[in-house]
Amino acid sequence: MAKRIDVSDLNIYYGDFLAVEGVNVSIEPRSITALIGPSGCGKSTFLRSINRMHEVIPGGRVEGKIVMDGQDLYASDVDPVDVRRQIGMVFQRPNPFPTMSIYENVAAGIRLNSKKMKKSDLDDLVERSLRGANLWNEVKDRLDRPGAGLSGGQQQRLCIARAIAVEPDVLLMDEPASALDPISTLAIEDLMADLKERFTIVIVTHNMQQAARVSEQTGFFNLNGVGQPGRLIEFNPTEKIFSNPDQKATEDYISGRFG
Amino acid sequence: MSQTSTAPVPTGSSAPGPRRGERAGRLPRWAPLACFLGAAVLVAVLWPVFDLNIALAVLYTVVLGTLAVYLLARSVEGRRRATDRLVTCLVVSAFGLAMVPLVSLVWEVVSRGIGRLDGEFFNSSLVGIVGEGGGAYHAIMGTLVITALTTLISVPIGLMTAIYLVEYAQGRLKRAITFLVDVMTGIPSIVAGLFAYALFAIFLGPGVRLGIMGAIALSVLMIPVVVRSAEEVLKLVPNELREASYALGVPKWRTIVKVVVPTAIAGLGTGVTLAIARVVGETAPLLITLGITNATNLDPFDGRMATLPVYAYYQLTQPGVPPEFATDRAWTAALVLIILVMGLNVVARLISRFFAPKSGR
Repeated sequence: MAKRIDVSDLNIYYGDFLAVEGVNVSIEPRSITALIGPSGCGKSTFLRSINRMHEVIPGGRVEGKIVMDGQDLYASDVDPVDVRRQIGMVFQRPNPFPTMSIYENVAAGIRLNSKKMKKSDLDDLVERSLRGANLWNEVKDRLDRPGAGLSGGQQQRLCIARAIAVEPDVLLMDEPASALDPISTLAIEDLMADLKERFTIVIVTHNMQQAARVSEQTGFFNLNGVGQPGRLIEFNPTEKIFSNPDQKATEDYISGRFG
Repeated sequence: MSQTSTAPVPTGSSAPGPRRGERAGRLPRWAPLACFLGAAVLVAVLWPVFDLNIALAVLYTVVLGTLAVYLLARSVEGRRRATDRLVTCLVVSAFGLAMVPLVSLVWEVVSRGIGRLDGEFFNSSLVGIVGEGGGAYHAIMGTLVITALTTLISVPIGLMTAIYLVEYAQGRLKRAITFLVDVMTGIPSIVAGLFAYALFAIFLGPGVRLGIMGAIALSVLMIPVVVRSAEEVLKLVPNELREASYALGVPKWRTIVKVVVPTAIAGLGTGVTLAIARVVGETAPLLITLGITNATNLDPFDGRMATLPVYAYYQLTQPGVPPEFATDRAWTAALVLIILVMGLNVVARLISRFFAPKSGR
């Protein structure tokens, strides 16, 4: 579990459009890495390229290397489906499967891949995942009810439970709390603190306080202008970024003097 | 009307109270009804004078009633509310006008067809029937067999085309397929019949009549309808669900089979059922490809078959002597066809109710 990721000279394209340019970064295992920056600077695009979700979009492609524990994720013999099994993802908007119950949602990663598993083992896995996502006590009496009937914060934790049920090595979170109220956000942040014991977590957030609260490392993305590619301006320990950043642009952004 | 006298007359900008074009009075709830009843009484009185018929009488009643409602409201409630009432009357009249052919058609078919809607009609064919009696067992079964066969051909092709269009196709090929499907939607049914006839005539010689030919002709009509409805429904499945599935390491085809299609199943079922209802009453292509027979033939690969629409057509155009028994059978066949289509519509509604994703709140 929990692997390190090394990114070198990564360029990300949408068709001919270069969206993100020249990213070099090392993401440490068992830690939370936050990515901040203005809208449209390529944070989410970079995040989606880590588990090869970027190429799901027509025209999406990548140059450069992303290496996870010695394995190049973009090597020609690597199946993107296998990459996604090792690198889970939680999205901005909660997206439980509407046709499935709470139980089936958590078991979706197993069931959809038609892995054979004994009913009792599956029950254990579902309970473990829901406990891991801090949701078990709220839903244990209604596991057979539709997942869409939960509140927004509960749905997001259900999605996290679904993502950790397949036991990935890395968990990517794309603004997981931006659609939630402060209390649900707190629940998600507490959950992340627990999860980093087992997973490598990368989170994209627009909330700088959140980045400061939860992360060990922070990367700041920026772009010079509309139509220009986004770049990773600075990547440093979170305390350094928020107290004494190396780059002027970073300081301007986190102190609100951006633009 | 007593309110008329109490209503203040707007005197331009200086008057406080109601805004311009409005008066304080309100008509009682029964006033519009009373207006139309009054108009009806008036028309009834004038009936002998002008020698009216029923259609004209209804027309005059509606026009006079609307006029009365408008003028009354204008004098009591002011211009704005009067306009509201006028438009309400017009909209309701338009609705009534649209209902006339529907109700009249259903009434005509039911009243003429109900007489022969008996056990014999569903139990016997026309073998050896001259004049009274006989039924449409062979035609009903023929319609069911042909429709089932058509569905069997069209639904897999249509659904897979829609899935290809929504999930896989890009660029020029996608536009070309979409365009061709649109063109196919507009193909006249007789052309589909001629196509199937010509196709089989190449291999089996002219004059051939087979059930499968009819099913293929109907498939030409049904496939584009299925593709169109399924495409729209599949497009409604949020992309987030596909991404959620991919992010769990589920391959694309499995995502489609286990996430996209189940999410859309209610809409897909409804679309297919309505497409069946669309082709079940087709006459022209079946006239060419199936012909008609008086005996029961359930084998679509062997000779002529009877179907309800064609049965009704032949009973009406070649009734024999005396004609009234065959004419009655034609009306009953039409009634059975309407019941069949209505049943399919009910099934479509039930499908969309039972399979829709439940929120469970």
